[in-house]
Order: sequence, then C-alpha cells, then structure tokens
Amino acid sequence: MAVMTYADAAKLAIAEAMRADSRVWCVGEDLGRGGVFKQYTGLVEEFGPQRISDAPISEAAIMGAAFGAAMVGTRPIVEMRFADFALCATDELVNQIAKARFMFGGQSRAPMVIRKPVGMWRSSAAQHSQSLESWYVHTPGLVVICPGTPQDNYSMMKAAIACDDPVVYLEHKNIWALEGEVDTAAPAEIGKARVRCAGDDITIVSWSDAANVAEAAAGMLADKGISAEVIDLVSLWPWDKRAVLDSVAKTRRLIVAHEAVQVAGFGAEVVATVAEHGAPLKARAKRLGAPRSLVAYAPNLEDQLRVTADMIVDAALSSMEPENV
Amino acid sequence: MSTGNFDTETGLARLTMMERIRAFEEHARIAAVDEGLVLGAIHLCIGQEAVATAVIESLRRDDYITSTHRGHGHTLAKGADPVAMMQELLGRAGGCCGGKGGSMHIADFGVGMLGANGVVSANITIAAGAAHGVKLLGGDQICVCFFGDGAANRGPFLEGINWAGVFDLPILFVCEDNQYSASTLTSDMTSGDVGGRARALGLHTVEADGNDVTALAATARELVGRVRETGTPAFLHAKTYRLDGHTYFDPATYRPEGEADAVAATRDPIMKLRDALAQAGVAAGEMDVLRDKARAEMTAALDAARDAEWPADGSVFDNVQDVGSPVREAF
Ligand SMILES: Cc1ncc(C[n+]2csc(CCOP(=O)(O)OP(=O)(O)O)c2C)c(N)n1
Ligand SMILES: [Mg+2]
Repeated sequence: MAVMTYADAAKLAIAEAMRADSRVWCVGEDLGRGGVFKQYTGLVEEFGPQRISDAPISEAAIMGAAFGAAMVGTRPIVEMRFADFALCATDELVNQIAKARFMFGGQSRAPMVIRKPVGMWRSSAAQHSQSLESWYVHTPGLVVICPGTPQDNYSMMKAAIACDDPVVYLEHKNIWALEGEVDTAAPAEIGKARVRCAGDDITIVSWSDAANVAEAAAGMLADKGISAEVIDLVSLWPWDKRAVLDSVAKTRRLIVAHEAVQVAGFGAEVVATVAEHGAPLKARAKRLGAPRSLVAYAPNLEDQLRVTADMIVDAALSSMEPENV
Repeated sequence: MSTGNFDTETGLARLTMMERIRAFEEHARIAAVDEGLVLGAIHLCIGQEAVATAVIESLRRDDYITSTHRGHGHTLAKGADPVAMMQELLGRAGGCCGGKGGSMHIADFGVGMLGANGVVSANITIAAGAAHGVKLLGGDQICVCFFGDGAANRGPFLEGINWAGVFDLPILFVCEDNQYSASTLTSDMTSGDVGGRARALGLHTVEADGNDVTALAATARELVGRVRETGTPAFLHAKTYRLDGHTYFDPATYRPEGEADAVAATRDPIMKLRDALAQAGVAAGEMDVLRDKARAEMTAALDAARDAEWPADGSVFDNVQDVGSPVREAF
C-alpha cells in the first residue's frame, strides 16, 4: 500500500502495463511534456516518444488512427485532453470504434482506453466542464468507467488496458491531486461497485467525484443519526445492478447523485431499474443532478449547478420523513 | 496505344480480375434489382474496376487496405471469397461479417481488408492508424486507403493525411475520382484540386488515368514500392468514372444525357484492356472465355448465397463487447 494522487495512480497503472506489454502505447496532444494535467509526466523518459506519442491537434485523427492501430494489433491509450474535445471525434468513437467488432462479424477488436477528463474544474465554463457519461452508456459496444478515488483510478486503468473492448475512461479533473491509499494487488473487476460506506437507512448511488461528495454527505447524516449506504458504481457500463438492488432491498430508500445534467442522466437508469426490479421503496426515489443549464464561468454561477453534500443531506432527510412514504 | 513491352500474361491476369469484379457487381445488381434479395443500399463500382485491380496487384496478402461504401471491387481484388461476400450482401450467416455488416461494412481481415465504411472519409484516419500500428509493431506491411473524390471535402482527409506525413507512415492514399459525390458533381463543391491538397500536405502525389489499367498498374507499382522502401506516404489521384448510378436504385438523371454512354463507348477500362490485348495478338475468344468464367464464378456465388441460411436470431447479441455484453432482460 502506498499513498498517491488520483493522477499518479492511473499513471502507475499505465507504466506497469507498458512495461509488461510492448503493444501498449499512449497518444495525444502534448504528452511528451507530461500532458495538459501532468498525468503523463515522466513516461516519455521511460518509454520514448514512439510509445508516448505527441499528436497534432486532430482529435478525429487521434481517435481514428489509434483505432486503425488497434485493429492491426496494438493497444492504444488515447488522450482526449478534455472530454469536451472528444466530441470532435464522435464519429470515430461512436460509428467506428464501438461498432467495428460487431459490424465486421467479430473479425476485429478495438482494445483501446479512451481517456476523457470530465467535470467542473476551476471556472472552465461551458466547453471544458461537461460530464457526458450517459451518452457513452447509451452506445452499445463501449465500456464506460468513472473512477472517483486513487485506488479505483489505479485498478480500473489496469483493468481497462487489459480489456479487449473499447473503454471510455472518464477521469474527473477536480480530483487529480486527491490522495489516497492504493493497493496495487487489489482485485480490479469492471462492473463491480464499491461500497464507500455501509448503512441501513438510505442508499445513495453515485460515481466519479460526486461519490466523494456523497461520502461526505453520509458523514453529515451519521451526525444526525441516519445511516446512509454510499454505493460508488465506478463503472456505468457494465454497472453493478446487484449491489444497488441489494442495498435498496435493505434500506428501501434511494437517492442517486451525479454531476451530469439530471435530465436523461444515468441516474434515470438507476431509478428506473430499481422501479422495475427492486424492492418497494418507503420514500420516493430522488435524483440529484445538474439543472438542464450550461456550466458558467463565474464561480457563483458554476455553483448553481453543483450537487453539494448539503443537498444530498436535505434529500436524505426528506426521504426519512413519514409523509414521504 | 503503346504496346511496346506489353506483357499479355499480366494483361490477361488483370482482365481476369476486372471481369471478376464486374461480374460480381452485375450479379449483386441482379440480386438487388431483379430478385429483391439485397435489401440495403449497395454501391457498385462498374466502370472503376481498373483502380482496385491496378493498385492491389502490387500488394502482398498481408498488406492492409481500407475502403468505402463502394468497396466490393477492392475486397475482391485483395483476395476475399466472392461466396462469402455475396452471402454478406444477402445478409446470410456465411457472409464474411456473419450477415451483420452488409455491403457497406464488407471486410475480410484474413486478407488484410480492414473494412468498407458507411461514413464517407472516415476510413482515411483509420488507414493512417493501421500504417501507424505497423510501424509501432516493426512490421514491413503497407496500407492502401481507397476513398472517393467526395471524401476529400471532409475533415478526416486533412487530419489523416497530415497524420501520415507527420509520423512518416507507410501508406498510399488512393483517391478514386469518379467525378460524382452521390448526385453532385464533385468539382462544383471542391475548391482547388485534390492532388494540390495532398502536395500541400507534403505528400509525393501522382495524377493518373484510372481507366487505363496498364499504365495505372505501372504507376501504382512505383508508388507502392516507394512507400514500402521509404516508409513514407504517397498519394495517387486516379481519374475514373462510375458507369452506374450512385446506388443500384439511382437512375443518375443528374448527369448530362449521353455522358455515361460516351464513357462506356470510349473509356470503359475493360474494353480498353481488351483492345490492347487484341493489338498484342490475343484472340477475342480467349478473352471471352475469361469473361464467361468470371460470370460463371459469380453465378455460382449468388446461387450459394440464395441457398444460405439466415444468421441465428441470437447472434445479434454476439460480438458487441466482452464486458457488459447485451442481454434482453426479463421482468
Ligand atoms: C459523412 C457522410 N456524409 C454523407 C454520406 C452519404 N453519402 C454516401 S456516399 C456519398 C457520396 C460520396 O462520394 P465519393 O466520396 O466521391 O464516393 P463515390 O460514391 O463517388 O464512390 C454520400 C454523400 C455518408 N455516407 N457519410
Ligand atoms: Mg465520387
């Protein structure tokens, strides 16, 4: 066990994978200087510029070329810099990468990890702050991972690189410097939720940095005598339905909290799944996500869209009230 | 017509390939139009057979190609089995993609054919990436990227060719220019010219008659050799003409009256090669035999495809993904 940052945890997983398998390589803008968030610092010195490859500002070509290289036997890690810019490569990801194996009847694979830093971070405004995870979950062929801790950024990166499917890997920009213990021997299984804290009264489902907020909310609820169970889904496709259904069977109360726009966000899928397959609830399920507006520059405006620990606490308290039954 | 050092054996091999491609397309059209067995859109390359034939004859089996929505000729020339191809057009289980791709996603990875593509221009970055992968893996294959004249007006053209130049990749880009993008005359929608764009991106670029298979094959051999030796990209702009509509159900009324007929009468690549072979002393009967053999092969392929099974219903859930593969949920 070692303490490291969220950024370094993923870097460690990448370095280990690159040492073990010469087919693994990284490609993206500015990687030779460590990448825009320094999440590649030091890698070019160890692996050289062919395997830590700089790229022109050509998102479509970065995605498309990495895909071509994957089809002939390499295992690329694609850096999109900001998830927002990956939209310049939507055809390559959604029409090509996600579909190739199927369309070609299993003749090809696209073993790729596509890193897309997401989320609100330091007044980045509308084009550098989005959380579009539900778009990718809606696309058959893709695996979608949203780690929220250093441990999960290590374990999931390792699992994503080993996976033969294309993995959309959404790291949250706000927690690059978040420190935590990392056990490099911990099992890494895509599709397995992490119970951040166990509880009996209410289930709070979340992922990415919002799961950290949810965990803080659970601490505040504990002070009020309410025992919340926080389930960090970690991966959204596949997602750990069993963990959620089992937890709800115990607590009979459900909140889903995420940073993305609430409308048609993945929270809707979680709530619908519990409605279809879960135990009857004692209080109405609640979704907490961003209002359907745009992320603004001014910090006070940015805050208007955030899901805070206080909001989660309030929602939980209202779920505990008898009239909500 | 220069017949100076015309090698009739090579010429007959090219004629065979072009006749096979044309016969495949004619049978695909029969299956689509007369029999209603091809349900999706198919784009025939009748009139353009020389490009696939001339370029691919210089490739090795383990070299890679990528293609477009108009990809049957390239696929056949690269060595794919016409029975599996015809079955794919008919959506049958034995199709090269198991009936999941159809004409626009035809592929045979076993012969290095990395896929047709339903999205115009998208194969350009992918092909650059295949060449990039070869370079990373230390291989000596090259990649050939076929695309249409219309594809030069999408972003991946710039991004993919720039990429190949920046990374010094072993790839030959082949713009198969049939003058039209669906119903639009491409020159009406193109500023400057395609070869000029490739030159501006630093690529060694050659313009050629795409209907003269003999000359085109010599040019392609030179370019393929250059790409393989230097490991750097090159660009071939081959000017050809599509004798059919854009799709099999397009009557192509947007073309000036008589344009296609005039090309068929004067520039049909098969006719041109037959003329050259005749001048070199090959009997018409010998060439007819090749054509009839090609037709018989494709008749048999269509017969086999007609008789083939549909894919199993459950196969729609196969080959989506390993992790989180689809299931239909019960309540
Ligand atoms: C991105 C995209 N836009 C539009 C289309 C529809 N479309 C299919 S083929 C075609 C014409 C392409 O022309 P060209 O590249 O010259 O190829 P050709 O059909 O002449 O072989 C168009 C517009 C498409 N498939 N993909
Ligand atoms: Mg065209």
